[in-house]
Amino acid sequence: MENNYTEKTNPRHSEAVVEIRHLKKSFGKKEVLSNINMDLFKGENLVVLGKSGQGKSVTIKCIVALLLQDEGSLKVLGEEVKDLKEDDLKKLRTKVGFLFQSAALYDSMTVRENLEFPLTRVLRMTDKEKIRESIEEVLEGVGLLNAIDTMPSDLSGGMRKRIGLARTLILKPEIMLYDEPTTGLDPITSREISELILQMQKKYHTSSVIITHDIACAQITADRMLVMNDGTFIAEGTYVELENSPDKLVSSFFK
Amino acid sequence: MTASIRKGFEEVGNQVVFMGGFFKNSFRRGFEWNEFIRQCFIIGYKSFSLVGITGFILGFVFTLQSEPTLKAFGAESFVPSMVAISMIREIGPVIIALICAGKISSSIGAELGSMKVSEQIDAIEVSGANPMQYLVVTRILACTIMIPLLTLMADALSLVGGWVASNINGQFTFLLYFNKAFSALTFSDLITAVIKTVFFGIAIGFVGCYKGYNSNRGTESVGVAANSAVVNASLWIIFLDAIAVQLTSVFAYS
Repeated sequence: MENNYTEKTNPRHSEAVVEIRHLKKSFGKKEVLSNINMDLFKGENLVVLGKSGQGKSVTIKCIVALLLQDEGSLKVLGEEVKDLKEDDLKKLRTKVGFLFQSAALYDSMTVRENLEFPLTRVLRMTDKEKIRESIEEVLEGVGLLNAIDTMPSDLSGGMRKRIGLARTLILKPEIMLYDEPTTGLDPITSREISELILQMQKKYHTSSVIITHDIACAQITADRMLVMNDGTFIAEGTYVELENSPDKLVSSFFK
Repeated sequence: MTASIRKGFEEVGNQVVFMGGFFKNSFRRGFEWNEFIRQCFIIGYKSFSLVGITGFILGFVFTLQSEPTLKAFGAESFVPSMVAISMIREIGPVIIALICAGKISSSIGAELGSMKVSEQIDAIEVSGANPMQYLVVTRILACTIMIPLLTLMADALSLVGGWVASNINGQFTFLLYFNKAFSALTFSDLITAVIKTVFFGIAIGFVGCYKGYNSNRGTESVGVAANSAVVNASLWIIFLDAIAVQLTSVFAYS
């Protein structure tokens, strides 16, 4: 599987922005990731498909060092994540955006303050006019400029996801990690979010990993797909290739 | 048995690391002044009425309860001194700190716990910002400053409460009552009490932040964080008070 997909995919792409080799992660005695090998190539949308509890979210949390791997190598933009010092890790994190399943908007702040937060704390921007311009630009991108002074509690699930996406994109990351971006949304809103992911990838030229079990989202967003089961990848290919896979477990996602 | 001892040591170790993180981040560039002032407002101003009423009633009740006993000895003129010394040295700081542990430590524990559950703390961390600096440093420092101020206010109101209670029978003028109260107090009474409340403030803020920041992922853990924040902060206050009383009896009143 590992040799097969690296040989198969490398020629299609120039540069891997995330390289994962033999990644293992356990919680207590439970092994969640048994042997993860994965490349994310520049400019592509990689969808990771799998049932709940198979280790998909753990994998992307390892990429941003929210969780540390037990074994294996994990390079992001050429840097081994586990060897980075605190300040270097912070710098790397500014280049990697993460959209949480719950959107994780800061409850006590308005949408404007949510978007200001990374600008003033991470980029240390002080010019109020530039901050306002950046916020309005990114909100316009996700189609929610009119929600600028709303509290997160007054937003619907889809709107929260859009604002979460805007807050992540405001730092102009090179890599985007989406953790179940359409979970809990109705089919129409799910489709809108999936299309938005695609638009944002084109606009900001990001490379993305999209964790999902929503096949409609995968169909819209995927350039390449990996299927995860029991802490390892069991199949890799385009949407059409996997849809016609002889493996029953793989093809069951498409029914 | 061995596992629970190990768990206890791990907990102590984690708390020491967390405290180290607080000190380290307190001196980092980019102190969160706005959030610090907001927390001072939430912790101080919004506890004002609860602490004020409690202080007033403490002095009032304490006077009503002790007056008959002192009267039996013909020593009712000692009421203001007794109320002042006991309220300022001991009852005021401890009772107000315990009330603040219930109100402030639990609310910090629940707030940070729910931020943890809803992945807001993770979101701050992955954005490259510093959640310790924004959430923890501001709250602990706000508690450290506001708890002594609240206690001083409660002490003052407890003396007013004591005067109101002894004046029910029209025995003391305001001036006489406060003259007697202040003549019994020394400067070291106030200083040691304030130093003690500074440590109570650190304990209240620290325990609330630690329990909330390190809560588990489920929604149940928000309640657990709030509850254990109150229990642990209260225990810390009693423990610190015992140490403070020992130290002051050796150094200040010997």
